[in-house]
Amino acid sequence: MASSLIRLLLPWRQPKPHHLFPFSLNPTKTSFLFHLRRCQASTSSPKRLILTQDERSKGSLSTEREAIVGSGTIAAIVTSLGGGPAAVGIVRISGPTAVAVAGQVFRPVKRWKEEGGCVAWRPKSHFVEYGYVLDNDGNVIDEVLAVPMLAPRSYTREDVVELQCHGNDVCLHRVLRACLEAGATLAEPGEFTLRAFLNGRLDLSQAENIARLISAKSAAAADSALAGIQGGFSSLVKSLKIQCIELLTELEARLDFEDELPPLCLPSLIDKISVMQHDLQDALDTANYDKLLQSGLQIAIIGRPNVGKSSLLNAWSKSERAIVTEIAGTTRDLVEANVSIHGIPATLLDTAGIRETDDIVEKIGVKRSEAAALAADVIIMAISAVDGWSERDAKLIEHIVTSQKSANQAMAAPIIAPMILVINKDDCKPKDLLVSFEEICSGLFKKVVRTCALTGAGISELEKAVLEVRGLEPIPSAGRKWTVNQRQFEQLLRAQEAFFRLHTSIEEQLPMDFWTIDLREAALALGQISGDDISEEVLTSIFSKFCIGK
Amino acid sequence: MASATPRLLSFLFTPLRLTYPIHAIRTSHRSRTLSFLSFNLRRPNGRLRTVSSFASNGTNGMERMGQKDEERYDVIVVGGGHAGCEAALASARLGARTLLLTLNLDRIAWQPCNPAVGGPAKSQLVHEVDALGGEIGKMADRCYLQKRVLNLSKGPAVRALRAQTDKREYAMEMKKVVESNSNLFIREAMVTEVLIGKNDNIQGVRTFFGMDFFAPSVVLTTGTFMSGKIWVGRASMPAGRAGESASLGLTENLQSLGFETDRLKTGTPARVDCRSVDFSGLEPQYGDEEVSWFSFDPECHIEREQMCCYLTRTTSETHKLIRDNLNETPTYGGWVDAKGPRYCPSIEDKIVRFRDKESHQIFLEPEGRTVPELYVQGFSTGLPERLQLALLRTLPGLENCVMLRPAYAVEYDFLPAYQCSRSLMTKKIEGLFFSGQINGTTGYEEAAAQGIISGINAARHSEGKPVIVLERESSYIGTLIDDLVTKDLREPYRMLTSRSEHRLLLRADNADSRLTPLGREIGLIDDRRWDLYQSKQLRIKEEKERLKNVRVSGGEFAAEVATVSGQPVRDHTTLESILKKPHVQYKLLDKHGFGNENLSKCEKDCVEIDIKYAGFIMRQQSHLQQIVNQEHKRLPEDLDYYSMTTLSHESREKLSKVRPQTIGQASRIGGVSPADITALLIWVESNRRKANQRTQQELLRSGATDNHMAASSPTDSVVQATAI
Repeated sequence: MASSLIRLLLPWRQPKPHHLFPFSLNPTKTSFLFHLRRCQASTSSPKRLILTQDERSKGSLSTEREAIVGSGTIAAIVTSLGGGPAAVGIVRISGPTAVAVAGQVFRPVKRWKEEGGCVAWRPKSHFVEYGYVLDNDGNVIDEVLAVPMLAPRSYTREDVVELQCHGNDVCLHRVLRACLEAGATLAEPGEFTLRAFLNGRLDLSQAENIARLISAKSAAAADSALAGIQGGFSSLVKSLKIQCIELLTELEARLDFEDELPPLCLPSLIDKISVMQHDLQDALDTANYDKLLQSGLQIAIIGRPNVGKSSLLNAWSKSERAIVTEIAGTTRDLVEANVSIHGIPATLLDTAGIRETDDIVEKIGVKRSEAAALAADVIIMAISAVDGWSERDAKLIEHIVTSQKSANQAMAAPIIAPMILVINKDDCKPKDLLVSFEEICSGLFKKVVRTCALTGAGISELEKAVLEVRGLEPIPSAGRKWTVNQRQFEQLLRAQEAFFRLHTSIEEQLPMDFWTIDLREAALALGQISGDDISEEVLTSIFSKFCIGK
Repeated sequence: MASATPRLLSFLFTPLRLTYPIHAIRTSHRSRTLSFLSFNLRRPNGRLRTVSSFASNGTNGMERMGQKDEERYDVIVVGGGHAGCEAALASARLGARTLLLTLNLDRIAWQPCNPAVGGPAKSQLVHEVDALGGEIGKMADRCYLQKRVLNLSKGPAVRALRAQTDKREYAMEMKKVVESNSNLFIREAMVTEVLIGKNDNIQGVRTFFGMDFFAPSVVLTTGTFMSGKIWVGRASMPAGRAGESASLGLTENLQSLGFETDRLKTGTPARVDCRSVDFSGLEPQYGDEEVSWFSFDPECHIEREQMCCYLTRTTSETHKLIRDNLNETPTYGGWVDAKGPRYCPSIEDKIVRFRDKESHQIFLEPEGRTVPELYVQGFSTGLPERLQLALLRTLPGLENCVMLRPAYAVEYDFLPAYQCSRSLMTKKIEGLFFSGQINGTTGYEEAAAQGIISGINAARHSEGKPVIVLERESSYIGTLIDDLVTKDLREPYRMLTSRSEHRLLLRADNADSRLTPLGREIGLIDDRRWDLYQSKQLRIKEEKERLKNVRVSGGEFAAEVATVSGQPVRDHTTLESILKKPHVQYKLLDKHGFGNENLSKCEKDCVEIDIKYAGFIMRQQSHLQQIVNQEHKRLPEDLDYYSMTTLSHESREKLSKVRPQTIGQASRIGGVSPADITALLIWVESNRRKANQRTQQELLRSGATDNHMAASSPTDSVVQATAI
């Protein structure tokens, strides 16, 4: 009896996560039969699912196919962000191509020396390796420990590689970006856990938590729509998508209704495509994100001598980076200090007090101060509450503004970094003066903050002000805003890749239909957050734009 | 994934044959979930061959036995249009005794609108139907008046063949084919009722004159006939097409069974007498010199003389006449709400919506070699008949034309196709299939595509075999059906290339290598066709090998390749890499004696496409593979979407209405967001596990009580556990 019972139970003793079984596109006899069985088993009415099986392309693809099974490879920073520097941060990559992705960015030190790093990385599961993460150009981004955990012995039951980086946010973001560029997609909130669950790694009680998390995702999606305010990124992505759809409309209308439409003006279409490609490139280049990741925010603290700029820097960075004395003109060169403002890396630049001077050294310092102000993302103009707003302050700021304008004239869009007025030495100010000069300079400055460098009062308000003027709202928890930005970045990146391919197709003079493939992919990439139906959109657009119908 | 999974699994691990006798003893009628087994029981001897042989076996119609007005078949197809013919032929060819019921025997496979087959996307459907063993491609090849390949230079996936056909000849030829099949019986009848059995299964149909026909599979292909009503101007009459009566009563019957019906509208332009048209000033449109074919069967490739189409244009007079009489048109006069399809707007629509356009193209297409009728393409109108002739006479060349038939619109009932699964069987009534315009489509090709699938499945169902589903990614047919069963239709559905996401893989040239093996497996491809197919594939394969290995250096050939492609040709280049260069076609190889004379033109095309676009094709294929992995996860049919609190309200509603079969389908339903899909995945997975646990426990218990049986015969206990 016992043996018969075992026989009964065996089929589900080892429950296979059956939906994860890779479908074979060209099923051999056996796999097809197996497939058939599963389908019959999974519904009450027997069904046979017929997949594309083009006999002509049989065989040629088998190796490639095996590499791409399952539902994509995802990556994300799994340690908390924005909570100040930690010793270690982890980027986790999970999915069928996790090892390949990691292999692209990670170079074990040992092998690098031995073989020049050109052999594919073949990690041993659960063996830590020490090495470097490189970016696209082969520059070292960070020193890391790679922990490969191959399927099924991992959190998600897929191949997982964890890269243990330095706990610095900048490092982590760079490593993550390298992974995305190597072909991973950014994980949705909770996606690792979701996969762990779907792959049978977690138990039922955990399912509800994930479900809740995922339904919160809708709210996050709404948030991300609102996030268009920050840097205009979302709206940019949207407008790029609309342009894609328009191009698709032009092309596809001709495919479906050839003899009813005027022939396509190819040169103008190609122009449009290259303009779009350019826009996309610009978007990527000027992306806040990019800049922030590479260098963080540059914040220049300027002002007349002896208003407490250096004290402010020290108080803000909680260090003694700058020398502080009572003597005006103590700071002569730029002094840098790194801080993290709610998870966003920032570099504070303390500058020499700007004044007319005959001292050669100080003169150079003043010039440097002006240059620093020009390059900064945010300018903090410090004044002393004791002196209040003076003529010299007005002159100084005017000087900065005009030089900024002239420097930017060469560029298409003159950009003036937002300015914040900091009234330092707040503890010893004469109160009555305050209201009037706040009114005077409200046009120039986006924010006015009162601080006291000695006590550290007002620093957190100042941080908030910095984020606000740059359109970066503080990150509420676990870096969600970052996720939004990163996602949009990823979309742009995918769209850009598609455009590169499109460009090649045009160059190689491939027929028009091939252009639609990459345009569609670009449109899809750009439209991903909303998950829109591209086909329907294109059709609607065709019918509204062209007079169709023989 | 359903709760039934482990139970059914256990079935599959048990030799099925052993279970028959046990079933036969324990249960005479079983639930629908086990229906695929019970079919074998109902008719253990396989198919019916004669009426009498059923009479001796049958029990269902006992009380009616002996009456003459009763006939039994394996499959009944209602409607003799393009869906009906294809369905009836497929079914009969699979050996099912098939009855085709039609309102008018003389209108079989009639082309009531434009007598043309093919065009972008539609031609792919025709090739695919042919690859499966259908008829429409052969018909079009046999009866063409003119053939043209469209989109010739726009890429292999959108290249499309279109044929003008001889309307009369087409109908007559198809009738001959239908009549010549010994398994296929044809009868004139108006079906007013479907007969339903105890288990919500179809039993047959009842006609207006009181005949009952019985079959375990019924295919409805009612076209525009169900409660059809035609309009010319403000005047209307009940009719399925001009001059043919509508089919009344069936809609109400289907509604009473719980089906949801809705109405669609379409139309057809006027016909003029070609003898009254002055073609001298019109731009002629000739057919291709080198004719292409729909069918993969070379037996049908018989060239014939082609006829010419002509191009004329609307004039300012046309536009003025329409603007002056806008209130006489249904839409702008305001007595009809329904707008026509967007891809086929009436001439008044075009003029109102595209004011800036001074003129619109109008095509004059012959309807046959022996009839004087000319089809006025692009000139649909809702204007009253008295204005139609005046309107036609504003067109250059038609100044003195005689109108033979007025333009009219037709309104008809359809059943939103979310009520069907992708096998085209209705979800409500087992064994009832819908195909063609009843599902909200338009076009002969769309109808034929659905027809062949429903015909195959009706025959398989009557035989107790599992039904066939074509995945969206496999074909245009799959895409068409997937769209139908998931999307909300606001206009008759027409296949368009833009609807196919993976069209690079779904080309006309590879329709056979995609679908003919399936057609063979199903049983619609005979030995001759199969041999032809296999030798073709072999030739292509060998040619590709040859091109890979033959190398050329210098000479005239290399020089011409260099000029054509604008790229230098290195020494010892393979023919393969030469073919990959831009603008280099196989023809060029032929020209310089590097071609292979054993290959036909279309085989050379195949070779060229496979080589030239290999990179693209491969990328698309791996892309598709990813999608397949993600989207083909199945959803249980009995999910209670309303109880899933993690879904948005809108998607709960939509999902319960459409009841998608896979995750991919769910994601294509409008209003279902990606977050909903994730929530759905979680729900399904957790339910599957809960169910697993439950059955495991149940089995432990039942195993304990039945231990004596288990000890003696393990298969017995499996059967019992599953039959509870």
